[in-house]
Amino acid sequence: MENARFRPLEYVFWACTLLPFLVTPSYLSLASQVAVTALFALSLDLILGYAGIVSLGHAAFFGMGAYTAGLIAKHYWTEPLSGLLVAAVSAGVLGYLLSHIVVRFRHLALIMLTMGFGLLLAEAANSASALTGGADGLQGFHVPGVLGFKFDMFGRAAYAYALAVLFLCFLVARRIIHSPFGLALRGIRENATRMPAIGAPTLAHLRKAYTIAAVIAGIAGAVLTHTTSTVSLETLSFGRSADVLVILILGGAGRLYGGIIGAIIYMVARDQFSGVNPQYWYFWIGLLLVAVVMFLPNGILGGLRALRKKPQ
Amino acid sequence: MALELPKGARYALIGPNGAGKTTLINLLTGMLAADSGTILLDGADITSLKPYQRVHRGLARTFQINTLFPRLTALESVTLAVLERDGHAHNWWRGLAAHRQAIDEAAGILRSLNIPDRETAELAYGQQRLLEIALALATRPRVLLLDEPGAGVPRDESAALFSAIESLSGELTILFIEHDMNVVFRFASRIIVMVGGRILLEGSPDEVGRDPRVREVYLGGHARAA
Repeated sequence: MENARFRPLEYVFWACTLLPFLVTPSYLSLASQVAVTALFALSLDLILGYAGIVSLGHAAFFGMGAYTAGLIAKHYWTEPLSGLLVAAVSAGVLGYLLSHIVVRFRHLALIMLTMGFGLLLAEAANSASALTGGADGLQGFHVPGVLGFKFDMFGRAAYAYALAVLFLCFLVARRIIHSPFGLALRGIRENATRMPAIGAPTLAHLRKAYTIAAVIAGIAGAVLTHTTSTVSLETLSFGRSADVLVILILGGAGRLYGGIIGAIIYMVARDQFSGVNPQYWYFWIGLLLVAVVMFLPNGILGGLRALRKKPQ
Repeated sequence: MALELPKGARYALIGPNGAGKTTLINLLTGMLAADSGTILLDGADITSLKPYQRVHRGLARTFQINTLFPRLTALESVTLAVLERDGHAHNWWRGLAAHRQAIDEAAGILRSLNIPDRETAELAYGQQRLLEIALALATRPRVLLLDEPGAGVPRDESAALFSAIESLSGELTILFIEHDMNVVFRFASRIIVMVGGRILLEGSPDEVGRDPRVREVYLGGHARAA
């Protein structure tokens, strides 16, 4: 049985996430974006890395959360934590509804379905410009801060908020992975044929996993809205769905930290490379992706783990 | 086709390749939908139940080709089956460690079959065949369908495998598919002979062994081929 206790390296890792406050205070807004993306990747890891559901439309839930949080801030109230909760519920409801269709399919059909739902939602948001602001994005609201800390131009409160939400969701995800339900998800990933033969209601398990992942993706979207006080159609875009998949594959799926490591590398690389040459930074990401998939099939984290195991 | 398995019986299902033996198991377990007919378990109609629901009613199976969880350990795999049986696999909040009873029960099943707790992919082939049975036992079946449990296992190991099967509870009804006639005649209390999708004959080992039709279509052909 896998040990559910925090390992020393994990304490070190989370301590390091505080470093941007001290070492790179001018990059705190980038750090917030990294945290949001890491949380989004974590939610994809729950369904891709553990249950084996490949999705190219995961931005649907991210965008659902982002727009819900934005609409609440614009029309109702600007307190973020309650807005976060409502955004989580709305993304969860959407995830639960779609799950009834999605979990019945596998392989190519599944990828096309998730992508199709993602495109549908993005186009719906584009058309409903009275509600969403369309291509201009949802603007005209300002989330002042959280729990008395102001979201200012230095981005300290914003990063603290994004990091705290990431950490709490990570703890929840970790708990799920080490629960009986998490074991059942790994069972589905390992052998979906065997599961019914040991009495497992596979589709019900998958629906639940899909819904939980949608909730977490929605939370990530809401945090982005709160820390930037704007929502753009990009939150629902195919590009965002594809990026998060690339991030998870780079970092390593099925190990919780993969999405976080992937998000750090991807976002920092984008920031650096696009500074050198804004048009061609995808060249480097492409190169990195090819190299990782060819030489580290389990992602960067999987490669590191193999290195550590070898000497024994 | 009509077939009745009394409680505690040890049935062997034999027949040439393509006779429909595995298809019969797939129909009984619901992995294939039956076009017509009824399947009763202890008098209750289970024909419309999904495969996992039939498992909860006490109908378990193993697979001819290993259908295991390669990157789970043996203990994780069997624990999962126990948790699913008791309906605890829905629980996503309490840690696995809180389900000590399930883990202990799984460990007991592994011990009784002499399966070491390693990652499934690293187990020896014969141990993987036993794990097939362990997974089915963990569901606490009343009827156990074994699809060629000894497939690919060397002859000397297969005797041990079938001794393990023989020592299972007398309450348990077992139907196994097997090609090795020595094993069939040694371990089965009843034998069903299938040919071309139909039951040719059902009887005691003596009756089946003496039947000229069986000798003709199956045993004879088998002996000539061998």
